[in-house]
Amino acid sequence: MLQFLIRRTFGAALILLLISAFTFFMFFAIPQDPALLACGKNCTPDALAIIHKNLGLDSPVPVQYWNFLVGIFAGRDFAVGHCAAPCFGVSFANNQNVWDTILDRFPLTLSLTVGSLLVFLTLGLGAGLLAAKYRGTWLDKTFSSASLVISSMQIYFLGPLVLLALVYSTGWLEKPKYVPFSEDLGGWFMGLLIPWVVMATIFTANYTRMSRSSMIEQLQEEHVKAARAKGMSSNYVFFRYAWRGSLIPIVTILGIDLSSLLAGGMVTEFTFGLAGLGRLALESVVNKDLPMLMGVMLVSAALIIVFNLIVDALYAVIDPRVRLS
Amino acid sequence: MTTQTKPEEAAATAAERAFLSVRDLKVHFSTEDGVVKAVDGLSFDLERGKTLGIVGESGSGKSVTNLAVLGLHNRKNTAIDGSITLDGQELTDAGEKQLETLRGKKMAMIFQDALTALSPYYTVGRQIGEPFMKHTGASKRDARVRAIDLLEKVGIPHPQQRVDDYPHQFSGGMRQRAMIAMALSCDPDLLIADEPTTALDVTVQAQILDLLKDLQQEFGSAIIMITHDLGVVANMADDILVMYAGRAVERGTVREVLKTPQHPYTWGLLGSMPRLTSDVDEPLVPIPGSPPSLLNPPSGCAFHPRCAFTEDVAGGRCSSERPLLAPGRAAACHLSGDQRQQLFIETIQPRLG
Repeated sequence: MLQFLIRRTFGAALILLLISAFTFFMFFAIPQDPALLACGKNCTPDALAIIHKNLGLDSPVPVQYWNFLVGIFAGRDFAVGHCAAPCFGVSFANNQNVWDTILDRFPLTLSLTVGSLLVFLTLGLGAGLLAAKYRGTWLDKTFSSASLVISSMQIYFLGPLVLLALVYSTGWLEKPKYVPFSEDLGGWFMGLLIPWVVMATIFTANYTRMSRSSMIEQLQEEHVKAARAKGMSSNYVFFRYAWRGSLIPIVTILGIDLSSLLAGGMVTEFTFGLAGLGRLALESVVNKDLPMLMGVMLVSAALIIVFNLIVDALYAVIDPRVRLS
Repeated sequence: MTTQTKPEEAAATAAERAFLSVRDLKVHFSTEDGVVKAVDGLSFDLERGKTLGIVGESGSGKSVTNLAVLGLHNRKNTAIDGSITLDGQELTDAGEKQLETLRGKKMAMIFQDALTALSPYYTVGRQIGEPFMKHTGASKRDARVRAIDLLEKVGIPHPQQRVDDYPHQFSGGMRQRAMIAMALSCDPDLLIADEPTTALDVTVQAQILDLLKDLQQEFGSAIIMITHDLGVVANMADDILVMYAGRAVERGTVREVLKTPQHPYTWGLLGSMPRLTSDVDEPLVPIPGSPPSLLNPPSGCAFHPRCAFTEDVAGGRCSSERPLLAPGRAAACHLSGDQRQQLFIETIQPRLG
């Protein structure tokens, strides 16, 4: 297990390095000078040169990349002041420290992602199990057809509808906002409830269908029949034998879905006017803000890598064949 | 199913004496294409300590019969008619809860492929101990001791350590032994073995069959041995029931059926089996054609489209009238006893060598 973790950590470091290099060099392939943005309307060549120097854009690209990497571990000095490690640089657009900005935005994105993950896993797997258990009844048919309709409900369509119904016309809930949960747990929960549910909707529908079909497949397994043949009750066999096996394909899909979860987070942030990493990423692309873009890319990639590690560990928990080989 | 003197009387007493008695069992599945008559009027009896071999091709209704005995058929689309009594208790109308207390305790099943029939997610010991805990109320620790006991009994070396292994850590033969241990967990009176050796190689097959015989002597269980391997039946069974298209076509003791088979289908089965004594150049003779569709079975005798002797029966009765199977030693065929005797001696026996 330790060896596995060490191997995975090295792999993760390599992936992050490749992503950072790729992003960095691709950025300089764009035929537009980022310094122009900071320079303003009445830009003179002299002013541009100063900005170039201040932003560190006057040295060759590989040297800039090297300085960037060194900065992450050792910190860097800029014209605007010292940037302590881990230093991802200073925003081209507003001179803000990138790392501080990310730290500021990250809790929202994490709350949003993990919260909606829990919502759709609970609702989706639960509905799938019920549909499989009562296969062919009205319950199954309702769930199955509802999940077909719901899986086409995009966040930007459903979000405003829910806001209209629950916030603007009835006032039952407040407009979504982010309150750090260390400050006010209830406020954190109520503030994110609508975004969680809206973001989880499509996933819930998909996971309902997946859980149902995976469960139906498992229920036809020979070992399920064998467990029935030795007198175990149908509920016992349903949960202990069939459900366990049905989780394996679901965990696989979950691993694949993690990046679309982050993308969903981005759309959700825009829909509800929340300021998280997704919004930050988009702004930095629009502003040609390289340091910010690099920071967001690397943090998101690290997040996906950590989630994937958890998913791989889940395999081992569910299936002894993975654990023991 | 012993004497032949007074058929009706013999059948009645056999049914009384029998531990398991199946009477005119019909198992019909409704599918989108129509009703599949998987088992269509089957009767047999089985006494304690005896082994009944049920032989037939794939799709002849062997496995379906036994799932019906255990009550494991899909209740939504299956209609069951007739009667199954186990130790005097009617099973066809028993409730699910009642069946759960019987399954594993009074009747147990050994599945064909232990790799798929054992769950990959739980240890062998847990899967063996589970029914023991359920049926006897034993604690987890007692169940573990029981599992170790049984693993030892079925010949697994180092059972104390192997009890905590998962099925994938066992070899094929050992898994089948573990499967048998699981079925024996509560000393069942009836053991249904559905092709228990088909997935195994020949040496392991012989070991497993010996094991089953030893265990039967020890526990006195009745065994139903479902197989398409006549070698296995010859080795194991006391009586044989030959099934074709959901019905019994021939019934008798092992000696009777294998030495003097009476039904053309049984002749075909025996003819398609290789023999050590026959010439290596002599080809095996398969039964022509393929098993009939149970959705739309042939009229009259279901075997008549594949039978070589229909012309010996006057008036085309083979395709118009379904032959009945008399109680006791019998075959369901329109050929008269003398005709069968003559055909067997003249044309079949020389081929069988």
